[in-house]
Amino acid sequence: MHYFVGNLGHIFVISSFVTALVAFFSYFKATSITDPEKKKAWLLNGRIGFYIHAITVLGICVTLFDIIANHYFEYHYAYNYSDRKLPVYYLISTFWNGQEGSFMLWLFWQAILGIILIHTNKFWTAPVMTVFSLVQAFLASMILGVVIPGLEIKIGSSPFILLRDALYDAPIFKVQPEFVPKDGTGLNPLLQNYWMVIHPPTLFLGFALTLVPFSFCIAGLWLKKYRDWVRPALPWALLGGAVLGTGILMGGYWAYETLNFGGYWNWDPVENAVYIPWLILVAAIHTMITYKNSETALKASIILVVTVFVLILYSTFLTRSGILGEASVHSFTDLGLSGQLLIYLLFFLVASIVLMIVRWKEIPTSQKEASTYSREFWIFLGTTTLCLMGFQVLMPTSIPVWNKIIKLFGGSSNIALPANQVEFYSKFQLWFAVVIGLLSGIGQFFWWKKIDKEQLKKELQTPILISLILFALIITLGNVYTVQYIILAFAGIFTIVLNAKILFTLLRSSPSLSGGAVAHMGVGMMLLGMMFSSGYSKIVSLNNTGMLINRELTPEFNRDNLLLFINEPRGMAGYDIEYKGERYEPRHHSGYISKTDVLKTGDKDVVIAKKDIVVDGRKLFSAKDSIEIQGENTYYEIELRKGDKKYTLHPRAQINPAMGGLLASPDIHRTATADLYTHVSSVMSPDEELEWSKLEEFTVKQDQEFFANDYVSALQSIDRIPEVAGVQLNNQDVAVKAKIKVSGEHGDYLAEPIFLIKDKMVGRIPDEINDLGLRFTLLNIHPETNEFTIGINTRQKDWVVIKALEKPYINVLWIGTLVLVTGFGIAMARRIREFRLMKEKGLE
Amino acid sequence: MKKSHIFIIIIIAVAIGIIITTAGDASTYVSFGDAYQMASNGNNNSIHVVGELTKDVNGQVVGIEEGTDKVSFSFMMIDENGKEQKVDYNQPMPPDFTRSEKVVVVGHYAGETFKAEKILLKCPSKYQETKVNA
Repeated sequence: MHYFVGNLGHIFVISSFVTALVAFFSYFKATSITDPEKKKAWLLNGRIGFYIHAITVLGICVTLFDIIANHYFEYHYAYNYSDRKLPVYYLISTFWNGQEGSFMLWLFWQAILGIILIHTNKFWTAPVMTVFSLVQAFLASMILGVVIPGLEIKIGSSPFILLRDALYDAPIFKVQPEFVPKDGTGLNPLLQNYWMVIHPPTLFLGFALTLVPFSFCIAGLWLKKYRDWVRPALPWALLGGAVLGTGILMGGYWAYETLNFGGYWNWDPVENAVYIPWLILVAAIHTMITYKNSETALKASIILVVTVFVLILYSTFLTRSGILGEASVHSFTDLGLSGQLLIYLLFFLVASIVLMIVRWKEIPTSQKEASTYSREFWIFLGTTTLCLMGFQVLMPTSIPVWNKIIKLFGGSSNIALPANQVEFYSKFQLWFAVVIGLLSGIGQFFWWKKIDKEQLKKELQTPILISLILFALIITLGNVYTVQYIILAFAGIFTIVLNAKILFTLLRSSPSLSGGAVAHMGVGMMLLGMMFSSGYSKIVSLNNTGMLINRELTPEFNRDNLLLFINEPRGMAGYDIEYKGERYEPRHHSGYISKTDVLKTGDKDVVIAKKDIVVDGRKLFSAKDSIEIQGENTYYEIELRKGDKKYTLHPRAQINPAMGGLLASPDIHRTATADLYTHVSSVMSPDEELEWSKLEEFTVKQDQEFFANDYVSALQSIDRIPEVAGVQLNNQDVAVKAKIKVSGEHGDYLAEPIFLIKDKMVGRIPDEINDLGLRFTLLNIHPETNEFTIGINTRQKDWVVIKALEKPYINVLWIGTLVLVTGFGIAMARRIREFRLMKEKGLE
Repeated sequence: MKKSHIFIIIIIAVAIGIIITTAGDASTYVSFGDAYQMASNGNNNSIHVVGELTKDVNGQVVGIEEGTDKVSFSFMMIDENGKEQKVDYNQPMPPDFTRSEKVVVVGHYAGETFKAEKILLKCPSKYQETKVNA
């Protein structure tokens, strides 16, 4: 037992909580005291406090990593989320498999951001860090794992608890309290994916970044510097928008690659919970920029910046309190933190509202009415649309919360989430997206050109003409015939063309200001990509066999899935689809190896080659080599042929008890114009007993052809063999092996049944050809006639049920995302320069 | 009336519209009996029914019929009021279906059978390990 490291970790956790409180108190004092000497002293106190806090947070991460890396399975975290086979780079991922670890990640990012803020700000340090330290204290309390004596209230859930304390009911610990498991249960195989190494850190960095503008805003309200907080907050808000957006899209990309929903976005409550704050953050960025230029929309900026942070807390509450329970497939379970999370959420909600109400009258507003031809008017329309867009997702996502609230007041409620979430949300979000597309074109136009009615017509003529031509081309070439998609396509093209025009003008005059134009072009591309890939996603595997499963089923039942037997091609939607068999993937080589070419061993992750294994003309393994594989993964080789093109796909099924048994992941064939996306929907159960037909007997001579289940077969030779694997042969014993050649659809197979006489008893070892569902037994030898009796059993061939989709132009979406993030980056660089300039003047 | 007032009125109208449509599109948790009643009144909205699979005395799940081409199946389910009902599903059987403690089916009645569009499973120990293998 290694108690020291866990105790050390726990001490780090407690000190991080205490130091966060110390920093909070010191910075609070430093903000409220006017005497410059004392202020300086408190500032120093705060800085030391926060530095120690950051070090302890780092200490927590290092000790937990030490526990995981050294495989101390006496600790619950290491036992539950890692095992000895895990490669080093995935050891990092174990941090976010558990809820405690993801809180640590969040703490870690905010500690780093705090230190950056201490060093980049002068005037703002004290009030901003007050808010920062308080948030850190709340977060640290989530992993505190301390029971208040007397009250029996547990605060937080520590990642450093021992397995025997976590599973105190397990009988093994009653008998043997010092028991340490030899191996852990392992990281969820779903998370063993490179996107899962970078997606959570990105997302949590995005979460952490929303705290920065919030802190500046609260600091501004607190110190009555209503106008001044916007400038230092803006670059951080832009960075937050870029990082959070990237994080969300990375999650979408991971889902597209690894989960079998058939898409990148499923409108699951967990996904919605981060989508809403991002929309509001983008809205906040727009009002902040407007304020910087025209002194309007200050109140809106304050409300939106506060809302973003509160929404992040709300999303944390939704995903971690267990309230989504049945509503979402991938929320965390309740760790008993729901009360604590609710306090965290309500504290910042109430505190910021109170502060805003107290200061409301003093916040300067602009009295002038925005003209329809002013840029402020259009931007304001855009931000309102973004807010309504978020609101539309927020309402239904919160249904489980509404139910809880109604129950709290003694009512009963049976509202459930909309039955078809994708259809429900798309129906609304599509029209909001159209408005966003049009506004981001027009709005940008007004932003750069102060124009009136007459000029407007002249200026817009060419871009609208170009948009219409492009639009007509794309609509006809892409076969877009649905009204709402046609409108969405126009909105997307319109904003791309208008922003491209602006971009060209700006590149000539001041390229550093081009961030907005670039970002909005990205939005337009994303709209187009989404429209095509989701709206025109086509099911390739449509079941057209006419085989009725159940007479009661009505024809409207769409059959998107298709049963494929091994080596039997089926034609559909212009493709020939053929299932070629089950495959393993070696751990240290690329390529796939057939299950029929290897023998299983006691270790699920090691197999032995039956013969030389050649992949793509390259010999990977020799016969009898042991091969390391990922035993829980089986790949199903599916070949798709269209014309003279041939694609081989390897969708995967993974034995994953943590996620409910078998889990399918797609394989995607990517081309410039479309993705071909295939996943298995149902597979043969690996431990199912096979049902063999009745034995059929043939008596044949050597080289005589016969039909084994319609396959031409011939007995090639019969040889005496000196040894049989697993059987001890004595002098009197005899063993012979028959070689039977079977011509399958794709080449010849060899079956080698064995007939042996041991201790005057007859024994028969049959041989199976997996791909053909055939089993041969050498039943008898007739030396007098030189004939042999061969027994044949057949079974249903290996099968797999698949679903295949074609997703056109999905690359436009991914490229659009990159363009959007680039735009954010350019804008941020500009705002940082601005902030530096002001700081050098000593104004920040 | 100032332009901003009109603007605010429009926003409020849209927000109210969103709330009303959300309430209208939201599904409900009901029993098979209520679901049947709804369907016979011509209401074909999808609803949620919570229940369990039918089991024999040995705890074995009974009543599952799988289609020959394995792309659909049907099963028997008992709702919380004890009503037993046949449910059709046009997707392959989800893995671990028979192990589930609780089943939520989303769909509606078509004649005498319930047609599920979606099945949500509540499996035992989905996230938390409860035993240690020595």
